[in-house]
Amino acid sequence: MSWIAFWALLSHWRYRPLQLATLIVGVALATALWSGVQAINAEARASYGRAAAVLEQNQLEQLVAKDGGRILAHTYVKLRRAGWNVSPVIEGDHRFGQSRVRLIGIDPLSMPSEAQAVSVSSAPDLVDFVGGPGQLIVSAATAARLKEATSIPVRIAADLPDGAAFIDIGAADRLLNRNGELSRIVVARSQRPGLEPIGAIAPELALKDAGEQPNVARLTDSFHLNLTAFGFLAFVVGLFIVYSATGLAFEQRRGTFRTLRSLGVSLHSLTAMLLVETIFFALISGAIGVILGYFVASALLPGVAATLRGLYGASVPGALSFRPEWWLAGLAIALIGTVLSSAQHLWRVWKMPILAAAQHRAWAMTSMKGLIGQASIGAILLLASCLLIVVGKSLYAGFAVLATLLMGTALILPPMLAVVMAMGKKRSNHVLIHWFWADTSQQLPGLSLALMALLLALSANIGVGTMVSSFRQTFLGWLDQRLAAEVYVTARDEHEAERLRQWFPDHAKATLPIWSTEGEVFGQQMQIYGVADDATYRDHWPLILGSPTTWDAVASGRGALINEQLWRAGKLSLGGQIELPGGWEARVVGVFSDYGNPSGQVIIGLDALVRHYPDVPKLRYGLRMEPDQVPSFRRRLAEKFGLPENNIIDQASLKQQSTAIFEQTFAVTGTLNVLTLAVAGFAMFSSLLTLSSLRLPQLAPVWAMGLRRRDLALVEVVRTLALWLATFIASVPVGLALAWVLLAIINVEAFGWRLPIILFPLDWLRLGVVALVAAIISVAVPIRRLARTESGDLLKVFANER
Amino acid sequence: MNARTILFTILAAALFPPIAVVAQGFAGLGSKAEGFAVPQRGTKLEFPRDHGPHPNFRIEWWYITANLQAADGRQLGAQWTLFRSALAPGERQGWSSPQVWIGHAAVTTESRHYVAERLARGGIGQAGANIEPFEAWINDWQMKSSGTATQDELDNLDLSANGPEFAYKLTLQAKGPLVLQGDHGYSVKSSAGQASYYYSQPFYEAAGTVTLDGVSHEVTGKAWLDREWSSQPLASDQTGWDWFSLHLASGEKVMAFHLRDKGLGYTSANWIGADGRTWPLRSDEVLFEPVRTADVGGKAIPVEWRLRIPKRGLDIRTKALNDQAWMKTSTPYWEGPITLEGSTSGRGYLEMTGY
Repeated sequence: MSWIAFWALLSHWRYRPLQLATLIVGVALATALWSGVQAINAEARASYGRAAAVLEQNQLEQLVAKDGGRILAHTYVKLRRAGWNVSPVIEGDHRFGQSRVRLIGIDPLSMPSEAQAVSVSSAPDLVDFVGGPGQLIVSAATAARLKEATSIPVRIAADLPDGAAFIDIGAADRLLNRNGELSRIVVARSQRPGLEPIGAIAPELALKDAGEQPNVARLTDSFHLNLTAFGFLAFVVGLFIVYSATGLAFEQRRGTFRTLRSLGVSLHSLTAMLLVETIFFALISGAIGVILGYFVASALLPGVAATLRGLYGASVPGALSFRPEWWLAGLAIALIGTVLSSAQHLWRVWKMPILAAAQHRAWAMTSMKGLIGQASIGAILLLASCLLIVVGKSLYAGFAVLATLLMGTALILPPMLAVVMAMGKKRSNHVLIHWFWADTSQQLPGLSLALMALLLALSANIGVGTMVSSFRQTFLGWLDQRLAAEVYVTARDEHEAERLRQWFPDHAKATLPIWSTEGEVFGQQMQIYGVADDATYRDHWPLILGSPTTWDAVASGRGALINEQLWRAGKLSLGGQIELPGGWEARVVGVFSDYGNPSGQVIIGLDALVRHYPDVPKLRYGLRMEPDQVPSFRRRLAEKFGLPENNIIDQASLKQQSTAIFEQTFAVTGTLNVLTLAVAGFAMFSSLLTLSSLRLPQLAPVWAMGLRRRDLALVEVVRTLALWLATFIASVPVGLALAWVLLAIINVEAFGWRLPIILFPLDWLRLGVVALVAAIISVAVPIRRLARTESGDLLKVFANER
Repeated sequence: MNARTILFTILAAALFPPIAVVAQGFAGLGSKAEGFAVPQRGTKLEFPRDHGPHPNFRIEWWYITANLQAADGRQLGAQWTLFRSALAPGERQGWSSPQVWIGHAAVTTESRHYVAERLARGGIGQAGANIEPFEAWINDWQMKSSGTATQDELDNLDLSANGPEFAYKLTLQAKGPLVLQGDHGYSVKSSAGQASYYYSQPFYEAAGTVTLDGVSHEVTGKAWLDREWSSQPLASDQTGWDWFSLHLASGEKVMAFHLRDKGLGYTSANWIGADGRTWPLRSDEVLFEPVRTADVGGKAIPVEWRLRIPKRGLDIRTKALNDQAWMKTSTPYWEGPITLEGSTSGRGYLEMTGY
């Protein structure tokens, strides 16, 4: 390859810095969003993996009860006495004062060394851990939360996920009231050959393979899929930019290509040079994109971490590490994307006859056949989307519905616009208007990608915005119902709780104990709450399904309420029996909504709770009183019992906390929305820029016939705005369809709750204005260029050479 | 944290503190009794009751050593030990038991020393000891009365243990009575008066199978059981011991130990007749003299000794079957079979700690 020839090719960019910037910014933006999202996902997954390795010892095989229940200590002993190298674990959630902590009770004596997450290695360590009052080994953050909440000594260990504590199995057994029964048994890697099979010793146990996906990773799958979808959307939109930028560069260099070929540069060399150029730009802008992506991810990660903690209880650190898996993936996708979007142009060069006219070809004419084909594919995708709504059941099906819906409508958009223009052309009498329609439809192929990008971005915005706003409105209403008590008090110990119980009746209208135990229902760990028979619940509690006798049945101890998640999981229906821990049954008499809770929940009568689970902690209380009495109540309570601030929470601040968590949750979504829209705006800009430089041959005749350049520019603006308006109008129904899919399909699959769809037209208007501004900005540069075009340039169109 | 460091830790706290704490005596045996029961002179041992665990004492062991011979004439040694170490006095059922059990098993040949260690907590049945029918176990290692009606629960035992590359199953038959060491089972361990309860069954005939690296060998030989429990058997300045159990050609047995300290140390020994009658020996009646040391993992360990009991006309040299019989357990020590030459011949076991 001749360096001089290559240099000549590259010189094009020196004269077209804006084009170069478009190309690089396009690839960089696309890569940035994609790799930023990937970085977040990688960080979160790594954190789940770490947590699972530490907390669940999931790098080893595990034995669990086939029925999802607990394992008798005796079963463990049988395995041990048969020679199996196994180790017992008792785990569960425990509340220390205000803080809920996942206790992992291990037996350091038998825990295989490869599963030792915490080091209890120095001489006094083990005695501290196993003997005396025991010891909690926790992260620094958890230690801070546990301060003064427990009398058990706390030791801080690095690398532990927050919200979890290692403790001796004996202490865990005591705190969790397990009567010695185990949650699971860890199986060491090395076992003596010739042992009796586990199935023969303990047929009630099932072996769970090592390396199984951690629970929290399964739980959060939907969230990460969501992020990935957003990232991918942004990437696709970014590729549209690249497509138009490279297309323009190729078109403008046709003359150069011909000259080079005439000078003896072979077709092979020329194509190779262009390919090298493309790869070079892809790598440069990919690298910029990855670096940008790192900043995007760093900015978003704290929000994502808060979301994951709020929604799923998953602990993800707020800091990002630079992982090779995502920056390599970012570079790769930048490369693949750039090459793919240049492929068509490269192909054209490859096929170009050596002495092809060096004319700039305005973009190919709209071919009827192509449009029909595109429309058909779009229709098929939309049909598939409808079919998936009916047939599909899983979360992935939900996302497939989203993908087919978006791609289908995007593909149908240009043919639809073509139809509109054809109709406009037919109806128009004025020659200029006729030309306007014809010229617009002529430009359609060049603009269609940018319009599709805009449609995708706008629809995603409307859809996600509607979902978030619907969710917010429903959630706030639900909070109002659910947080009916004016004050919430947590006692520090049972003794204090008893004194409080005696004190409350004289100082509050009603005392509502909030007592709960944890147990396995249908093989899932969940909370079981007891509620007092009080008008507060009858009046306020948000029931989705129920009957007039629901609360009587609950009060009598025979009825149970289940949350929407448990109900939608499909194992229970109204009137059915639910088997509760301890081997008793209750009838399902109602379903309540329970947003923000990743797992199932059961509510039974308070008396039934205490009767069946006498050891249930009796520390938390909701209190009804007149709102204006709250401050004096707080004061008296603090004076009388010396309760710390944190143990007395009033309704207002609880609501505030919940709302803050909610807003945090969707901050990320909002940011991604804005970024996607920005990329789409840029796509529009670069497409218009491309077209404006190619359109001289179309404009020159019109100018020659007497239309002023100023009027030409005006027509251009009107055209852009018309296209923008059409796309925006199209995006509203698509966005609403998207919101419906999110609320009725994805949310149900991902979280187990369904939300009503609420329309917010003002939001659309705001979005429309933003998009309008973007459209105007994007048309501004080309228009300025047109207005400044020298008459000579326009005249050249009619000459032999331009 | 692996099993090794754990044992190290537990023993450190309860039984053998790390060597660093030399002032505390070897492996914590010198630490204070802290609520644990203390052996009292004059307490009569009762069987089978005292074959079982004594959870109010800090430390206890069931300790068997066997001098074996394979069909091809090769000499072997086998060790089976169950330690009980209490973090607090008393037993509680369930996972909160303060009792920790530690098993050591070994097989020694001329060329190799196989070691395994097991740890378990009490309270749930993973390890422990039963009085009647007698059984002491940890995981799948056990020492169990074979059930044939005899005078004592320990008269007929089935013994088994295994490690990564070895396993053995032995039957032990007692050909003589239990032997109480010290003063009717009250064994003084220092001039300051620290003591333990201590009895032995030195008259076992052993037979069975030893499997090494997948190859089984039929073996026969002699075995010796030591039972001991205490809360604080060492004085704080004592750093370790050299402990001999000898099967003499005459059928007589000798138990002799020497506790080392900065001064002359403390010696105790017992001459056991072939019929089980005992003659405790005074401190100055037994003379220990290391003759040769071997480098064992960087430590100089006396693997040959001259042992004299002039009053009994005993003047022997003991020689280790394998100099490298190092127990690489959490608290490491030397334990291996020995042969005797000199005024009489015979075989035995030597345990050396605190080096």
